[in-house]
Amino acid sequence: MEATRKEQQLVVSVSPHVKSDETTSRIMWTVSLALLPAMISGLYFFGLKALFVTVLCILSCLVFEHLYLKFVDKQSVVSDGSAFLTGLLVGMNLPASLWSFSPFTVHIPIIASFIAIVITKQLFGGLGFNIFNPALMGRAFILICWPRPMTIWLQPTSSFLALDAKTTATPLGILKEDGMTKLLQVFGGQSGLYHHLLTGNIAGSIGETSAIALLIGGLFLLYKRYITWHIPVSFLGTVAVLAWIFGGKEGFFTGNPVIHLLSGGLMLGAWFMATDYVTSPSMKKGQIIFGIGCGCLTMLIRLKGGFPEGVMFAILLMNCFAPLLDRRVKSKVFGLRKEAAK
Amino acid sequence: MRPDEPGCQTPPDLVYSLVILSVSRRLRGELLGVKDETVLNTGFSGKVKLSLDILLDGVLLNNGLFLGLRDPKEEIVKMGTATFKGGIHPPDKKELSAHSPITEAKAPKIVVIPLSQHAGAPCKPVVSIGQEVKKGEMIGEPGGFVSAPVHSSVSGKVVAIGEFQNAMGRMVNCIVIENDMKDEWTALKDSPDYMGLSADELKEKIKAAGIVGLGGAAFPTAVKLSPPKEKPIDAVVINGAECEPYLTADYRLMLEKPKEIVEGLKILMKVLNVQKGLIGIENNKPDAVARMLEATAGEANIKVLPLEVKYPQGAEKMLIKAVLGREVPSRGLPMDVGVVVQNVGTALSIYEAARFGKPLIERVVTVTGEGIREPKNLMARVGTKISELVEECGGLKDEVAKVIAGGPMMGFALSSLDVPVTKGTSGILVLPEEGIVHAEAFGPCIRCGRCIDVCPMGLMPSMLSLLAEKGHYEDAKEYNLFDCFECGSCTFVCPSKRPIVQLVRVAKSMVKP
Repeated sequence: MEATRKEQQLVVSVSPHVKSDETTSRIMWTVSLALLPAMISGLYFFGLKALFVTVLCILSCLVFEHLYLKFVDKQSVVSDGSAFLTGLLVGMNLPASLWSFSPFTVHIPIIASFIAIVITKQLFGGLGFNIFNPALMGRAFILICWPRPMTIWLQPTSSFLALDAKTTATPLGILKEDGMTKLLQVFGGQSGLYHHLLTGNIAGSIGETSAIALLIGGLFLLYKRYITWHIPVSFLGTVAVLAWIFGGKEGFFTGNPVIHLLSGGLMLGAWFMATDYVTSPSMKKGQIIFGIGCGCLTMLIRLKGGFPEGVMFAILLMNCFAPLLDRRVKSKVFGLRKEAAK
Repeated sequence: MRPDEPGCQTPPDLVYSLVILSVSRRLRGELLGVKDETVLNTGFSGKVKLSLDILLDGVLLNNGLFLGLRDPKEEIVKMGTATFKGGIHPPDKKELSAHSPITEAKAPKIVVIPLSQHAGAPCKPVVSIGQEVKKGEMIGEPGGFVSAPVHSSVSGKVVAIGEFQNAMGRMVNCIVIENDMKDEWTALKDSPDYMGLSADELKEKIKAAGIVGLGGAAFPTAVKLSPPKEKPIDAVVINGAECEPYLTADYRLMLEKPKEIVEGLKILMKVLNVQKGLIGIENNKPDAVARMLEATAGEANIKVLPLEVKYPQGAEKMLIKAVLGREVPSRGLPMDVGVVVQNVGTALSIYEAARFGKPLIERVVTVTGEGIREPKNLMARVGTKISELVEECGGLKDEVAKVIAGGPMMGFALSSLDVPVTKGTSGILVLPEEGIVHAEAFGPCIRCGRCIDVCPMGLMPSMLSLLAEKGHYEDAKEYNLFDCFECGSCTFVCPSKRPIVQLVRVAKSMVKP
């Protein structure tokens, strides 16, 4: 017995001794999976060009992440899926027209990826420490630097290999420039417009056009409990209410909230970008304030700003408030009464 | 007041016709916590006066619906659950040892009895080397008010007094006794009419028996039973939750000794002069609930409550919240809300101490886990080496294993099996190599908020771990560092596998509360 006991090796570590099988990389890959319907829709409407731009972004993000971590002598953790997800989101937020070699715009997605991974994420401390949503920061940078190519929107086509480049305006663009009458006219009435907005048969960034596909992904994340309703519902709800109150030409309470809900980057933003763990508040109450803030800023830019779309800037601005919200909106500590809390 | 009692204003049939009653959680807290009688609007039969007893007999579901009132003629409580906010659902693995009845462990040849097995001051030895001792004889006297005497668990000769390693790896003063295998008891003070004793006499018996909380914290019971005057106690709660995965010691006790546990509860109620006794049991042990219900039949002041299966349901504060709706104040004690909580094993020891004068020299230890050949529930004597219990259960399956004293959530990993069983050893859990979560390199916090959702204390473990990691210990106090009782729920769910609890422990050790 003594002999066998000597061979016995005991592992010692701190409690708890059991852990759930959830991992960071599984979360990243699951969110990527939830983006699949929207990605498929993007490929369907914008074809090979969309595939090219998205793959370019993903590869750039992976390479930049790897190179940066090598450069600072850290262990490369590219396999955790976070750089892949960032690349996917950068790609889905760009117009497919950027695939073009003449005029040459292929460097733009690469620069967006660089801004996202190196500047926004790694220079702030890497995964978990960035203040701003990396994919949106990358997009914001190139939108300001290259406003022309970033607003050339390809007309949706059902031919995957089509290389011709017919361009058109986004629904929000038409709404901003020419008004509601023109918008309804282009899409053949309200039901036609809704149909186009839901399926994604409209001009726009690769992954933002199909409201249905994005909703499927968002609900999947809700079902898997990877996100909670707080941010998407408060964000979308605020947009709907404000669009209804202020969106109409004939006065207050005459706006059409459906068009504002289904168009632009709102669905992608509310379900996948604003819910980014790192750059949103952790507390549920803070998340609701965050969502309302995103909604207000989005509608402010859409209705009063120079850009037709405001989701990106709204989320980036609210990202600044996330740490503050986490400091001020604390959890309800068990057994701590309000008067004792100070 | 029960509706079938004479003088009750409510016609019983009206009460029993009540099927669904919407009761908010807060209202329920008020009902159970403050008022003995209240008036509720039932929605269809006018206002009904409900007594506290009826509310306890009904069942509160998670959505706040109050379903089904019990007819006292049929002793059935419909399954429902009382609970708290937060918590996790680790695999419970109780089936490994749940079906094995409690058996007496082999008498050890030698026992190593630590003089500090409890929270509080260590004991002073009252025997010397070479002295013959009887089984049950006091060998260490309490070293202060918060302390409990220790007794010999065998008859035999004291062969050494000195420092030996305990389960936590610390060197503690121990008395080593060689067993003469005669099992000669010292004279015990038998009291067949123990309920006729005064509260002080009963408390004295509990104190003399060296009884401490057997749930794991090993807090001296007599001290818990001596609350200051300004903290009146009105309820005793028996903790049968046993929320730690794997462990089945309390479950087996509830199946095998329900009457004795109830007697222990009645003694506690007498000592504290309270009229309200509650037994909380997690709902994954329906047979234990049934057995305890059977044992409490006819006891108007004692209620058995099934609890939602959720870790850490058995933590004192969570248990009180679940069964009484009361919230123990931050950094406070159960007595601040008029409650004393005792584990089922403790209740049994209290009964044995009061009835037979038997000191606490043995306890049920669940030896279990995927890494042990024959999981068992053993009645083991204090001082038995853990290696002997492991041998008795067929030994370890693999050469590499993790052996834990206690449960997987809050237990300590042992660095040696040559350490003694103490009063606080509720289980010995053997995880095989493939079941070991290695202390791998952990990732950064991705602020997913899972830890915040599961923290039963409503803390922000993510912030605590980040602050502790960066050495900002003082700042961690602003995030209620000292409210954490280290249940490990946050660390269980963390996708980045951060050692949150350990970081909290480090922070706690670096600053004053």
